Amino acid sequence: MCLAIPGKVLEEFDRNGMRMAKVQFGGIVREASLDYVPSAKTGDYVLVHVGFAISTVDAEEAARTYQLLEDMDQLTELSAPVVDEITARKPQ
Amino acid sequence: MKYIDEYRNARLAQSIVAEIRRIQTRPWVIMEVCGGQTHSIVKHGIDRLLPEGVELVHGPGCPVCVTPLEMIDKAHAIAIRPGVIFCSFGDMLRVPGSHGDLFALKSQGADIRVVYSPLDCLKIARANPDRRVVFFAIGFETTAPANAMLVFRAHQEGVKNVSVLVSHSLVPPSITYILQSPQNRVQGFLGPGHVCAIMGYREYEPVSARYKVPIVVTGFEPLDLLQGTLMVVRQLEAGTAIVENQYSRILDRDGNVPARKLVNSVFEVADRKWRGVGWISKSGYKLRWEFRDHDAEKIFEVKEIDTQEPAECISGQILKGIKKPHDCPVFGTVCTPLTPLGATMVSAEGACAAYYAYGRHLDRQKPQTVVQIGGAA
Repeated sequence: MCLAIPGKVLEEFDRNGMRMAKVQFGGIVREASLDYVPSAKTGDYVLVHVGFAISTVDAEEAARTYQLLEDMDQLTELSAPVVDEITARKPQ
Repeated sequence: MKYIDEYRNARLAQSIVAEIRRIQTRPWVIMEVCGGQTHSIVKHGIDRLLPEGVELVHGPGCPVCVTPLEMIDKAHAIAIRPGVIFCSFGDMLRVPGSHGDLFALKSQGADIRVVYSPLDCLKIARANPDRRVVFFAIGFETTAPANAMLVFRAHQEGVKNVSVLVSHSLVPPSITYILQSPQNRVQGFLGPGHVCAIMGYREYEPVSARYKVPIVVTGFEPLDLLQGTLMVVRQLEAGTAIVENQYSRILDRDGNVPARKLVNSVFEVADRKWRGVGWISKSGYKLRWEFRDHDAEKIFEVKEIDTQEPAECISGQILKGIKKPHDCPVFGTVCTPLTPLGATMVSAEGACAAYYAYGRHLDRQKPQTVVQIGGAA
């Protein structure tokens, strides 16, 4: 679970003063914090670990790493349930 | 797809292996520290590609594996309290405690939720102001910035019903511990790439200098692992012992400075117990005093739990690089990923689970078969 997953920053937004982004991983889009990678912007590729971008990468590296993680069955964290205002109220 | 073909470039891999073979004059034992690297090595058979005298042993770098049984039992004790919503990364749900796992508790009615990010706990806490949300904050240095941010934001935003059960481990003290063991066999390390993406590698320099071991911070792709191994063997053959960075496309000596800064403001270094290994001095994090209102161990006052690991499990020796899964008499028979006896079998990134997943528990039978066939002929 220590491996970070590369994804593409689709859009940036603010949540309670945190710099957040929608990040695309293959066919899945999830939110991630950009607080630890202040230079990252829309269109960049970032390495994301448990909802936090920790480093930027180039497109080639991102494609290669994503494929490898998929081969190693290391993308399961992306399929964790999405928590929003409605789902947060109910047990999973 | 061009680049994907490139990383699978067999010719390049073979040329690195040939170079290792060319320069190697003596047997060497090298440990990869990170569980992700272990998984990749076993999946791609990298250890079997190397010349016979270059042995890879598998280190303690799987956070799920080294979370102590007592801590898992504590998590279970908190998760069943009335009014608690217990949140965890998915990997921890199937790890057995002394009495069942979190999945079992969930099926018995406990409100246990898998989260993608620690920040999800803030949303859950806001939506359930009358409940207490507890997050199982496990991990190595890679995960610490995410867990630290949850605590920092909860504190700053006054979200009082969030707390964390902290079980954080640190890599440098664990490799120091391995090097200090009288039984130590490890002569060089492949350092953990994504841990160092956060921490940089300055703290590995005194370890390398003091114990005279080369440490090469390495990625987890097959070519990374081969190249990292070549760099370690080069140093061993030349008699040098410094920290080198094979993974410079991702990280530098300083790591991620904003992340490190937040981690240091929320956590302080503390002694930690490692499953299968025992207590290691200054090898983990605990919450700083300022954040005590978010410390689940203080809030829930769970009594210290005494646990007993099965005597036949050799995971402690595997985590220290002294033994391999095949040295264990119950590996793949009594002990499997569905019925794990100890640390290295409880998560896919543990050495025993990785060996099992790629069919290596079947290897033991192969030599016997060959002998029988030979005898019959």
